[in-house]
Amino acid sequence: MKRKKTKQYRLSFPHMGNYHITFKTFFKALDLEIVIPPPISKQTIELGSRYSPESVCVPFKYNLGNYIQALDRGANLLLQAGGGCRYGYYGEAQKHILENLGYDFEFFKLRNKRNPINIIGDIHKINPKIPFYRVLKAFLLAYFKGRCIEKAEDFLRKNIGFEKKKGQLEKQFKFFLSKLDQAETFTQARQLTKKYLRIFENIPILKPKNLLRVGVVGEFYVVLEPFSNYNIEKFLASKGVEVHRFITLTGLLNHSIFNGIIPNHEVNQYLRHAKPFLKYHIGGHGTDSVGKANELAKKGFDGAIHIKPFGCIPEVNAMPALQNISKKYNFPIIYLSFDAQTSDTGMQTRLEAFYDMLTMKKNATKK
Amino acid sequence: MNKEKRIGIPRALLYYKYNVLWHTFFKELGFKIVTSPATNKKILQQGASLAVDESCLPVKIFLGHVDYLKNKADYIFIPRIASFKKNEELCCKFQGLYDITVNTFPDLNILHYNVDVNEFRRESLEFLRMGLTVCKNPIKIFRAYRKGKFKQKHLQKKKIRRQARLLKNKKLKKILIVAHPYILFDGFTGKTILDYLKSQNIAIIDADIAQKKLVKKLSQKISQDLYWTYNKELVGAIDLYKNKVDGIIYVSAFPCGPDSLVVEICQKKIKNIPSINIIIDELQGEAGLITRLESFIDILEYQQKSAKNYKS
Repeated sequence: MKRKKTKQYRLSFPHMGNYHITFKTFFKALDLEIVIPPPISKQTIELGSRYSPESVCVPFKYNLGNYIQALDRGANLLLQAGGGCRYGYYGEAQKHILENLGYDFEFFKLRNKRNPINIIGDIHKINPKIPFYRVLKAFLLAYFKGRCIEKAEDFLRKNIGFEKKKGQLEKQFKFFLSKLDQAETFTQARQLTKKYLRIFENIPILKPKNLLRVGVVGEFYVVLEPFSNYNIEKFLASKGVEVHRFITLTGLLNHSIFNGIIPNHEVNQYLRHAKPFLKYHIGGHGTDSVGKANELAKKGFDGAIHIKPFGCIPEVNAMPALQNISKKYNFPIIYLSFDAQTSDTGMQTRLEAFYDMLTMKKNATKK
Repeated sequence: MNKEKRIGIPRALLYYKYNVLWHTFFKELGFKIVTSPATNKKILQQGASLAVDESCLPVKIFLGHVDYLKNKADYIFIPRIASFKKNEELCCKFQGLYDITVNTFPDLNILHYNVDVNEFRRESLEFLRMGLTVCKNPIKIFRAYRKGKFKQKHLQKKKIRRQARLLKNKKLKKILIVAHPYILFDGFTGKTILDYLKSQNIAIIDADIAQKKLVKKLSQKISQDLYWTYNKELVGAIDLYKNKVDGIIYVSAFPCGPDSLVVEICQKKIKNIPSINIIIDELQGEAGLITRLESFIDILEYQQKSAKNYKS
């Protein structure tokens, strides 16, 4: 990457759930100013969908909205990762659209083959003056923080909505995030997580006896970004459903560590669980969705929610297999797809109906 | 068993790219080949009812064709192609095609081959593997594959020569159509467009007909990151033909993953030629489509006239 000496770079990246904390920790090692785009709001998606091609999937629109808001706040170096399906091509398309809008910036895209070694190497290229070990250390710290967030989120998801005093868990979780953001060493992050997990556990929780357990499977971004799925997890929690989610960023990284050495390692891992419904990899994250749904059905969950952006090809490929899982195990699955315009209430009505069906099914099987 | 085995090849998706290869291969192995007819309303409806609502139009059509063939043949032939080359990929629908069909029709007797460079599965070996399930002579299978491949290449060269002759013709108006062959030559999606342009005496330049190696190199000029093999070929062809044609028509199906981004970039980068983007869905009416094409051709004529006036 050619760069002028005088120019001061301000780096920015799109949001994904609470992971902006991890990203920030990682990029801090580069000695650049970091501009975190404002939290995703209605304005973000409006901006994003105004300038995006019509039939592109929703994560593209959210990312573009994030970029525009970050550029307006003075960012001039944008980052985008790459991967399977359409995501690998996001970078170039977004760069074009933003250039046509008249912004002055540089765009940096990671390689499509994601494994941690590639990611660290690529990021190091942004500022080669920084010694390599610092980038590596920042990556490890960021990874660790990611794990911390996921631990806390996992606890939160299973218990939110059941507290005696509503909203207490979420309040504490926000404190936790802001403190974790400032943690600079492994020890600090670990102690913080320990401390706050204890605080979470001490909040009095009332759980009904015959609890419904539901798993969320589906496309990566929509599952991880609560705004894009209209906080369905929160809504379900308010109904008294225990929500389990398996997709995490660090989980994805764990799978892809061996990708460079053992060909198709990641995919084979997913395929093992998806048998006998799939024989081959169906692209993107679809294989994993089928595998996870299969496991959920075997483990005796009450139901699953399959969420995807509208027109996501890998997840659409997965749907016939999911329907067969549903038939074979008598396991209810609801399919939701999200677009920039889907209304909040429509989604809630469908989820309510799904919830009613699950409770009726549970009562019927009990007798 | 003296009776010939019948193999059904659905006339959809990659059929339009590899039909000669497949036909020759199975004929050499002693199969009787059954193909479905060009897409008609019944096939489309059947496919749409079988497929997931959100799957793209070509996949719906494909399932319709499979449904048509399922009782008419002993085997159904379905390829699964993930990637031909390193760092290149095919659209995810080709990767999932086998599993979609198996899950939609559980009792189907399927012959399939799987090309995936990441798993070291090459096309020739995969044809051999597929052939061995129905025939015991590997040399015969390999010969059949070679013959099919040769015929396919020969036909492609012939098409390129024909297109080159068309391009030299100065009397005709020429329009470049950028579309996947399974959309352009399909009985439902592309027929109206082709028929109308032919009736207007316009030469159709097909972006899919070009030397693949050259075209892939040229595609770098428009987009560096592109990794879908078929889109790469089409985009390169735009660069190859853009100075020789009067206008460009992009045709894609709704909702198409790769095309939604690629067409956007192409339209933004290639500016000095008039272009139109036609997106076809399953409810497409003929009249609306023709009106759009008419107005596009009017624009072309108007532009040429004004250019002539400007010169004189």
